[in-house]
Amino acid sequence: MIQTLPFQPEQASTIAKSVDDLYFFLTAITLFFTALIFSIIFYFMLKYRRRSPDERPQAIEGSLPLEVLWTAVPTVLVALIFVWGSTLYFRNSEAPKGSLEIFVTGKQWMWKVEHPEGQREINELHVPLGRPVKLTMTSEDVIHDFFVPAFRVKKDVLPGRYTSLWFEATKVGSFHLFCAQYCGAFHAGMIGTIIVQTPEEYESWLAGGAPGESMEQAGAKVFQANGCPTCHVADGTGLGPSFLGVYGNPVKLTNGQTFTADDAFLRECILQPATRRVAGFAPIMPPFQGQLTEEQLNNLLAYLRALGKAAPPAKAAAAGGGKS
Amino acid sequence: MTDVEAQAQHTGLAHQFQDLEQQQEADALGIWLFLVTEIMFFGGLFASYAIYRWLYFAAFEGGSHILDVRLGATNTMVLLGSSLTMALSVRSAQTGSRRATVAFLIATMVLGGIFLGIKGVEYNQKFVEHVVPGLDWAPEGETLARLAPGGVEHGEMYFIFYFAMTGLHALHMIIGMGLLLWLVVRARKGAFTAHYFAPVEVVGLYWHFVDIVWIFLFPLLYLIGGRY
Amino acid sequence: MSTATLEPQPRVRAPLNYLNADYGWRSWLFTVDHKRIALLYLVSITFFFVIGGSFAVLMRIHLTEPQGALVQPETYNKLFTLHGIVMIFFFLIPSIPAVLGNFLVPLMVGARDLAFPRLNLLSWYIYMVGGMFTLYSAVAGGVDTGWTFYTPYSSTYSNTQVTAVAIGVFITGFSSILTGLNFIVTIHKMRAPGLTWFRMPLFLWSIYATSIIMVLGTPVLAITIFLLALEHLFHVGIFSPALGGDPLLFQHLFWFYSHPAVYIMILPAMGVVSEIIPCFSRKRIFGYKIVAFSSVAIAVLGFLVWGHHMFVTGQSVYAGLIFSMLSFLVAIPSAIKVFNWTATLYKGSISYDAPMLYALGFIGLFTMGGLTGLFLAALATDVHLNGTYFIVAHFHYIMVGGAVMGYLGGIHFWWPKISGRKYPNGWAALAAAIIFIGFNLTFFPQFVLGYLGMPRRYAFYPPEFQVLNVMSSAGATVLGVGYLIPLIYLIWSMRYGPIAEPNPWGATGLEWKTASPPPTENFAEIPVVDEEAYDYAPKPIAQPQEAPGD
Repeated sequence: MIQTLPFQPEQASTIAKSVDDLYFFLTAITLFFTALIFSIIFYFMLKYRRRSPDERPQAIEGSLPLEVLWTAVPTVLVALIFVWGSTLYFRNSEAPKGSLEIFVTGKQWMWKVEHPEGQREINELHVPLGRPVKLTMTSEDVIHDFFVPAFRVKKDVLPGRYTSLWFEATKVGSFHLFCAQYCGAFHAGMIGTIIVQTPEEYESWLAGGAPGESMEQAGAKVFQANGCPTCHVADGTGLGPSFLGVYGNPVKLTNGQTFTADDAFLRECILQPATRRVAGFAPIMPPFQGQLTEEQLNNLLAYLRALGKAAPPAKAAAAGGGKS
Repeated sequence: MTDVEAQAQHTGLAHQFQDLEQQQEADALGIWLFLVTEIMFFGGLFASYAIYRWLYFAAFEGGSHILDVRLGATNTMVLLGSSLTMALSVRSAQTGSRRATVAFLIATMVLGGIFLGIKGVEYNQKFVEHVVPGLDWAPEGETLARLAPGGVEHGEMYFIFYFAMTGLHALHMIIGMGLLLWLVVRARKGAFTAHYFAPVEVVGLYWHFVDIVWIFLFPLLYLIGGRY
Repeated sequence: MSTATLEPQPRVRAPLNYLNADYGWRSWLFTVDHKRIALLYLVSITFFFVIGGSFAVLMRIHLTEPQGALVQPETYNKLFTLHGIVMIFFFLIPSIPAVLGNFLVPLMVGARDLAFPRLNLLSWYIYMVGGMFTLYSAVAGGVDTGWTFYTPYSSTYSNTQVTAVAIGVFITGFSSILTGLNFIVTIHKMRAPGLTWFRMPLFLWSIYATSIIMVLGTPVLAITIFLLALEHLFHVGIFSPALGGDPLLFQHLFWFYSHPAVYIMILPAMGVVSEIIPCFSRKRIFGYKIVAFSSVAIAVLGFLVWGHHMFVTGQSVYAGLIFSMLSFLVAIPSAIKVFNWTATLYKGSISYDAPMLYALGFIGLFTMGGLTGLFLAALATDVHLNGTYFIVAHFHYIMVGGAVMGYLGGIHFWWPKISGRKYPNGWAALAAAIIFIGFNLTFFPQFVLGYLGMPRRYAFYPPEFQVLNVMSSAGATVLGVGYLIPLIYLIWSMRYGPIAEPNPWGATGLEWKTASPPPTENFAEIPVVDEEAYDYAPKPIAQPQEAPGD
């Protein structure tokens, strides 16, 4: 059952408590300074209320020590909050190695989820307890936002690129998933449920009703069906680079820039190769813009990720083995 | 009316100012501030252009090579010439020469008109080549060949900026022409003297600014990649 | 200040002033008198406030039920969009500058009018034309993009009146730019002899800082809206990924203006408070120069923080870091101001007239609203709170609890000067209290809602959020009543209020040295200033003066 406490959402992820700690500190600061200002004002209003129409108080120009004090104290305070908030943010920004990698596609007005084993869901996401989960997300149309209050995570989901977030659930149960970036008529209806299960329950859920083909396998089929192996030969002797050992590593382009071969880079390479000419290879790859669905792209990426874990071929891929 | 009021009317002193010096300073500050807002306005456009050019250089280069550099260069000379005539017009107003002021204003308008005419020719050419995003985008033949290396869609982005930037610039030119016409009418009636020629100066500053925007537009749009 | 007598005032022929100097609609619609233009703005922004407020009422009624009590989701989406557009562009941004600024800036600098009176009138017409386009878009089907117009929804997917409203906002932006330009030139070049920068009332400093933002920031909005309209109209892809466009580029361009815009909305209100507190404490403001420089600092820093609206867009964490740090820095000058206002009360002689109540309410609510900004400047908490009702509560605390109360305080403070009449203080104080209470009842629950996770811009919501929503809607009723009351007695006072003397509050400032209402030319003779600002220090009691001039 989805549970919410009166003033605080459930803490159901590894980072929820630390975010709440900062939140409560900020609440305390807010209440303190609000009370301070309110009470000083009330006190002054009463103590110095006008007692006769001819009252003329002495002018007080100011006080440099006071100005320094009430500049320095807020500065120190906000510096503290800044450091606290940024540290937490940095720590939470990179998914841990070995995260379960799941693909999410947002579209008006639903969430499509694909597990690496091939299991697909709509508006629901099953995850195992106690294991970090990394979501790689894109949109098929407008900007959406993947928001799970109980996990304290949120990230915009954009068309034409990938964004990612990660979390590790600490409680079994069902939790709200909301779209948090206005996306049209049924923005309020683009909601779902994160279902956290014990690892055993999760495994049996995966096994029951799975289509039998993992994303990697589906991706290999897309790779074949679109003629990619014609140029992208695995041993590095083709007209295009091999993908063994590529994912996540640096790639040098003809214009001298170096990119990391992450999801965004590989996506651009596939859709608009003119913008990503790899050094040492002829600029002959055709664009696949409009020819692949987001689902096919996701599957391809899963395949390329898997290839990336293997060692590069004997002839270094970056030097290129093709005729230029 | 009193002598003071008559003199005020003759010198063009507006009622809210204490003296002519205050009025002139206010007018100068006003037009410079307005030009700053124009810089911010075009600045947003230039910044967006810079980002897309950095992202899609090949496409922008290809698009740039489709433009006619000779027409662009001619227009640059024409506009620079019009700034010269405008400056001479201000100078003539300063020295109180009514006929010269009017003549130089008209010369500025003529040159501005030539600029707009050439612009029209160029825009027409874009329709002929079917590179007008949103209205007639279907590049073919050599045009398509130029755009293909950088990606045709990104080439369309280049042309969006071509039309947005030159279009807004042309709009500012047209407004400038209107202002010049107004100045011509007033100058012929003798509204400007050696003591009072602020409107000519103000419009002059505006005209120079529009010219400077073109000085930036020309290399940014026509000379990408360098080929001459 | 006495309460009104019940009998109407005896029919005395009022001295010649800007209100009775000429009659007929032509004398108003073709005026170049800054005071009349201020009143033209007063009427029009009140009109737009009622429209924007009506949308809010409908929204709050709708949200009393989880499935939505009143309208279809598509209609709700149009309601919140137009509420935002109307309130921000047609009420908040013009409010204090166009009404109080236009009326007071020439008076406060000791001039006969602004530097460019005809440009001033043009600003009002531009504003009205923009408003007409926006009203047209509302009745011709509405707009459902949110006031933020994020692409590609607004440019490629929405089939509502995006182009019409974009034209409306684009046009109105020029009203803002020209007003700001007018103020800057006036303050630089038309100060009366002896009125140095540091003798100016702080309201002028605030207006000056605001004008800098208006002049530098609004053009960027203009070009952004222009590109958006191009994309929507011609189906091209400047911000749309299909053509290699970047939807985030739109957000950067949009927020580059729209963040400084919030300082356009709050700085003038701070300026009003800086005038009211000294007057009703009868004491010079504490730390005059610090407060003046803080206004400028807010304006400058305000241009550097726009990325804090984009922390969850997937932008670089390093960009987030820098924007977060700068966002914290911009809070400091505001905090300094709050402390200086409070210190001004120390050993003052405080009276509880309505303007003072509004100013004090501003300080309390602005403090709360500003502090909740810290939650959003901090990266880790913003991740959770962005896109939720916490944001909605935060900006309403500042915009409504702050800016609107500042505006109302200013209206109440300068009403005798503007209209020549006084209003009943009892009703005014009551209204201030009702507004304060109603406001907190409306928006405080929304902080809780946001933290619990209710996203904003939701036409329907999970049932567990209903209690807080109903509380908020109940509060909105109180708030609405509170706003109606001043409307009534201020209009009433124009005919039945006691005649105001030139300086009913005993305030300093050049505007109080001329009649209430002022003559068209403001001063019989341009004043010469030889005293510091807020010179409330002991001197003989000022006798009620005859109105100078005819």
